[in-house]
Amino acid sequence: MTAVLQANDLTKHFRARRGFFGGERGVVRAVDGISFAIDPGRTLGVVGESGCGKTTTAKLVLGLEEPSGGSILFAGRDLAGLDTAGRRDYRRSVQAVFQDPYASLNPRMRISAIIAEPLVTNETVEPVELKRRVSELLDLVGLPERSADLFPHEFSGGQRQRIAIARALVLSPRLVVLDEPVSALDVSIRAQILNLLRDLQDRLGLSYLFIAHDLAAVAHMSHEIVVMYLGKIVESGQAKTIARDAKHPYTKALFSAALPSHPDERHEEVPLSGEVPSPISPPSGCHFHPRCPHAMARCNREEPQLAEVEGRLVACHLFS
Amino acid sequence: MAGQTLLSLEHLSAHYVSQQGTRVVRAVDDVTISLGAGETLGIVGESGSGKTTLALTMMRLLPPAARIVAGRMMFEGEDLLKKSDEEMRKVRGKRIAMILQDPMASLNPLFSIGNQVAEPIRVHEGAASRTAWQRAIQLLKSVRIASPDTRVSQFPHEMSGGMRQRIVGAIGISCEPRLLIADEPTTSLDLTIQAQYLNLLRDLQREHGLALIFITHNLGIVAKMCDQLAVMYAGRVVEQGPVSRIFNAPTHPYTKALLGSIPRMTDGGERLTAIDGQPPDLSNLPAGCAFAPRCPAVTTRCRVEAPPEFVTEPGRSARCWLAEPMALRSSAA
Repeated sequence: MTAVLQANDLTKHFRARRGFFGGERGVVRAVDGISFAIDPGRTLGVVGESGCGKTTTAKLVLGLEEPSGGSILFAGRDLAGLDTAGRRDYRRSVQAVFQDPYASLNPRMRISAIIAEPLVTNETVEPVELKRRVSELLDLVGLPERSADLFPHEFSGGQRQRIAIARALVLSPRLVVLDEPVSALDVSIRAQILNLLRDLQDRLGLSYLFIAHDLAAVAHMSHEIVVMYLGKIVESGQAKTIARDAKHPYTKALFSAALPSHPDERHEEVPLSGEVPSPISPPSGCHFHPRCPHAMARCNREEPQLAEVEGRLVACHLFS
Repeated sequence: MAGQTLLSLEHLSAHYVSQQGTRVVRAVDDVTISLGAGETLGIVGESGSGKTTLALTMMRLLPPAARIVAGRMMFEGEDLLKKSDEEMRKVRGKRIAMILQDPMASLNPLFSIGNQVAEPIRVHEGAASRTAWQRAIQLLKSVRIASPDTRVSQFPHEMSGGMRQRIVGAIGISCEPRLLIADEPTTSLDLTIQAQYLNLLRDLQREHGLALIFITHNLGIVAKMCDQLAVMYAGRVVEQGPVSRIFNAPTHPYTKALLGSIPRMTDGGERLTAIDGQPPDLSNLPAGCAFAPRCPAVTTRCRVEAPPEFVTEPGRSARCWLAEPMALRSSAA
């Protein structure tokens, strides 16, 4: 089975100007040599705190940023080698749903036009066919057919997110990037959208790249998880394996910092001191060593490589 | 930990009235809550459930369009609603303090950290600038800001989000209040920073014997931090009681549904129990129970008659007809 999307040693560096007059130059290693694969019909969850590079990863996958190094293979073909037609085909096959459904829908467009827009831009479709597609999609995301003639302000947050999902699906993509798709929604609405995304995956065989702060939601939605810290993957593997028994000290601390879902679950926390350092000057060796409760002498000299530990990959000297 | 009652809200209602007086939004409607000294209460609700209005009512900081139309608000034996603005100013920041969601918006970018942390001490206690400055350094240390001596003269933009929120916390506890109200205090923070901050608040609470009120939409914070829980829906408290009792056996269908809708770390990926429909529009509430249109256990009675608050066991109540058979007595009677 070929992966829908495979990233090999993917890297994105941004040049940063420091100081008012731009004297010193620094490089932000937003994404620094990460590799992952998403199989058909599967969900890959990306977790990490702000500045870990998860949004840059999403942008690279969407083709909104050019990688500084490494490659992305789509259905086995390298994106860098694609001609214009191939690029266009790729863009149609990879769609996105963003966090804020108030910002991602144009308030001056009717819902029918919003959902049909990707289709109009990419294909020549008869108006009758267009109308049929729109009502088909509205039905798919659980909105009434009359929604087509309304404007975004007439919908609540949850309904808007359904519209954004319908727009993402109109071109029948193979991969959908979900960047915090439920964070802006009310608690009682989140479950509706998460269930909808699951149903759509089952029905259409979609693959998802799921990015979220809420670890429980990621663990619930994903088949595999990658945990990122300062542009690097520190641990990756089956979602269940990682959620139940994390190995990397950062993953452990992160999951222990997640809020309990029940008062009886109040658990022991791995206290982490300090905050995520600036990605312009990340610590030497293992990026996590200044905050790590298990840091050893070699951690600040030698960068650990991902290696298999009990059925998942971990980048930590504790296991080598 | 529970001592004597510190705060008790009795049938409190606060409404927003439109300029022509034609539209009334019952943002807080007949709320009765009490909180003991040193206790932690979580007020949970979705956007538009009235939880933030309730917090502002407790501080008497409502915007001009809002009125407190009924009820009493007893704090340390005095009715806060009977106090003049001048007297209220002496309570606010000294006896009751508040932490808001966005630390950048609660700090003034033009004043140094020390100035802002010391301000309540100067204003409320009339301390000299130098003493207040020294106290500010102590406070920064107590909220675990590294090298407080240098940080004290820096400005908000020189701090990270987590540090700013801790500084807001330091301002909150500067005059040793009895009650600290935190309105979504960790929404803008990363997970590990959130955990640090919540642990800090808990330590401060233990050291100072503070009572804490968390206003949040996040049931996880309640599960982690709170002793008591009040669930709000459409301006009313639909269920309240001890946290562990409610999590183990919720009475109100809304509470039940909320608890069922949160994904768990260890679940097998089963479908979540979603709540159909949308939260109601507060200016246009349905007749009867506001949750009736979304309720899986709705009866005809629910659609015509709003349920009163039924006390089902001491310290626990629910606004639902389903709770009527369990009621000890109707508190509305």
